[in-house]
Amino acid sequence: MPEVLKAPLTVEFPFTRSLGPVQSAFLTGLRERVVLGVRTRDGRTLVPPVEYDPVTAEEIRDLVQVAATGTVTTWAWNHAPRRGQPLGAPFAWALIRLDGADTALLHAVDAPGPDAVHTGMRVRVRWAEERTGAITDIACFEPYDGDDPAEPAGHSGEFSNFENFEDPVTGIVAPARLDYTYSPGRAQSAYISALSEHRNVGERCPTCRKVYVPPRGACPTCGVATLEQVEVGPRGTVTTFCIVNIKAAHTANLDIDVPYVYAHIALDGADLALHGRIGGIPYDQVRMGLRVEPVWTEGARFPDHYRPTGEADADYDTYRELL
Amino acid sequence: MTKEPVAVVGIGQTRHVAARRDVSIAGLVREAARRALDDAELTWADVDAVVIGKAPDFFEGVMMPELYLADALGAVGKPMLRVHTAGSVGGSTALVAAGLVAARVHGTVLTLAFEKQSESNAMWGLSLPIPFQQPLLAGAGGFFAPHVRAYMRRSGAPDTVGSLVAYKDRRNALKNPYAHLHEHDITLEKVQASPMLWDPIRYSETCPSSDGACAMILTDRAGAARAPRPPAWMHGGAMRSEPTLFAGKDAVSPQAGKDCAADVYRQAGIADPRRDIDAVEMYVPFSWYEPMWLENLGFAAEGEGWKLTESGVTELDGDLPVNMSGGVLSTNPIGASGMIRFAEAALQVRGLAGEHQVDGARRVLGHAYGGGSQFFSMWLVGSRPPDS
Repeated sequence: MPEVLKAPLTVEFPFTRSLGPVQSAFLTGLRERVVLGVRTRDGRTLVPPVEYDPVTAEEIRDLVQVAATGTVTTWAWNHAPRRGQPLGAPFAWALIRLDGADTALLHAVDAPGPDAVHTGMRVRVRWAEERTGAITDIACFEPYDGDDPAEPAGHSGEFSNFENFEDPVTGIVAPARLDYTYSPGRAQSAYISALSEHRNVGERCPTCRKVYVPPRGACPTCGVATLEQVEVGPRGTVTTFCIVNIKAAHTANLDIDVPYVYAHIALDGADLALHGRIGGIPYDQVRMGLRVEPVWTEGARFPDHYRPTGEADADYDTYRELL
Repeated sequence: MTKEPVAVVGIGQTRHVAARRDVSIAGLVREAARRALDDAELTWADVDAVVIGKAPDFFEGVMMPELYLADALGAVGKPMLRVHTAGSVGGSTALVAAGLVAARVHGTVLTLAFEKQSESNAMWGLSLPIPFQQPLLAGAGGFFAPHVRAYMRRSGAPDTVGSLVAYKDRRNALKNPYAHLHEHDITLEKVQASPMLWDPIRYSETCPSSDGACAMILTDRAGAARAPRPPAWMHGGAMRSEPTLFAGKDAVSPQAGKDCAADVYRQAGIADPRRDIDAVEMYVPFSWYEPMWLENLGFAAEGEGWKLTESGVTELDGDLPVNMSGGVLSTNPIGASGMIRFAEAALQVRGLAGEHQVDGARRVLGHAYGGGSQFFSMWLVGSRPPDS
């Protein structure tokens, strides 16, 4: 049995976020070195702020400023920071209740080691030098032994300057990245291995006798394992197709000149069509039933395209069940 | 013990647009939910449970958005469920909510579906670069266009039918203030002259990419009795699934779709859908799916669906109006699109569809599908309570 393949798969995308009024004020505030929370009708101050009261579901728009100092309510030591985390050296993840707030904010505390962190410790914001209107405008928190703010819980409940911020932040980019080790499994590994010899090897379901290329290791309709290998093709029939006239972002067609034909091709002996590009014939002469064969290029895992074999077209009834 | 009858007493939608940059996702769903509550003249406290749905998380990159949306939807302290069934999710979400009422688990349920397509790129989400796999060679329409060609071959439909559907749906959208596309200068000639993207699918025969949300308040008989406006009553609802690709799959008329419709008709006592159903809101992301689904849902014999479209039967003033709201072709916040079909069907039998109301609509079908014709969900709603 050939080796089961593995390869890294990184999935990443720069998602965008429209902030809405509350998060817009919060992040604009951070850019201006001001921490804003929201006040609920029953007088609690929530930091970070939310748009809707978690108890009553009421809309909340009453913004208040809180202090840049606070108290650690609980924490955990991060021995090995990962990519994208607030600090490169080991640090504490902590929940921090800022002075004037009733809820805690999750952030990093820069400390020399876990012995230097404790619940109840006083910390203050270390602002990032470059601030853009993002949670990372708070670089981290750091130990603080200064005096408590004179009026920690309220700043009179009014803060007017935030309404005067110029150029408020209304959206952010939130890049997301996931790193996987991907394995296609036994059946597909065997299929890919045979492809390197330009052979199409599928698997037959022991129950319904259908041949799947590429094989999946199990029959999707019978739900049983498939083990019997069956070589199919290399010739096949175009069952249906479309003519692609546009280059689409996020697909692999950016290097292909349009128009071209994208077709479903039932390889001889297979019970499910696979997909491929048709070449070696003007795009507007491709038709259902066209007989084709693969064209390989040096070093490629899959055929570059399929071209006409010159045989007579297949009769519709021979492939209508494969449409 | 019989099931509790389920009534739709509140419906709310956002005005669907390409990008709602003024609101967060929470703000977007809140708007639809608030309008549904207002329609039902209820408050957050009147809701016993919340059931929400959206398309896959990759489409916006918020993992498990239901956690973050609990506050916005008044779900704190209540059961909250999320449903996942790709593009059909709006329909199946409504059916899960309806099941809670029918089973008398809850009296009044808020159900909502949404998508903020502007925050991501659905094509990216569907095209992850999986190692060892053959790269995708065509965009979204390229997946569906070969099936459309297969339908044309099988039915002998003239190649103008797709443009007739698009022209109809875009005109219907002009009568729907919530629709995304309002193409006031639309003409059939413009549709037919629009660029051929994935031959046989033209640009004007494809759906837009929208931000939007749709919400409904479902309730029991007692709740319906208190409703300030006429309720819509659920007469039948069903879901079916099948693999996206398998040997023997009929991509033109999937078996799961036929079975799902048959189940709904059995529950609702529909003997002849063409005669017994007054209008349909069906999930048509590419115009040719109207004739395809007309056959799949039993409104026409195999190969005959296009004749209903061509002869005007599916026009707003036709004998079987289809997609009175303008349909997915005019509005497509993916996760919400199925629920919009269900909600628009309910609006019709409540007589509250406004300018796109079909006179005397008593029984209307709402239909959704998704995941490469993998998932199907449908309901039939009526203006009168189901027989008990």
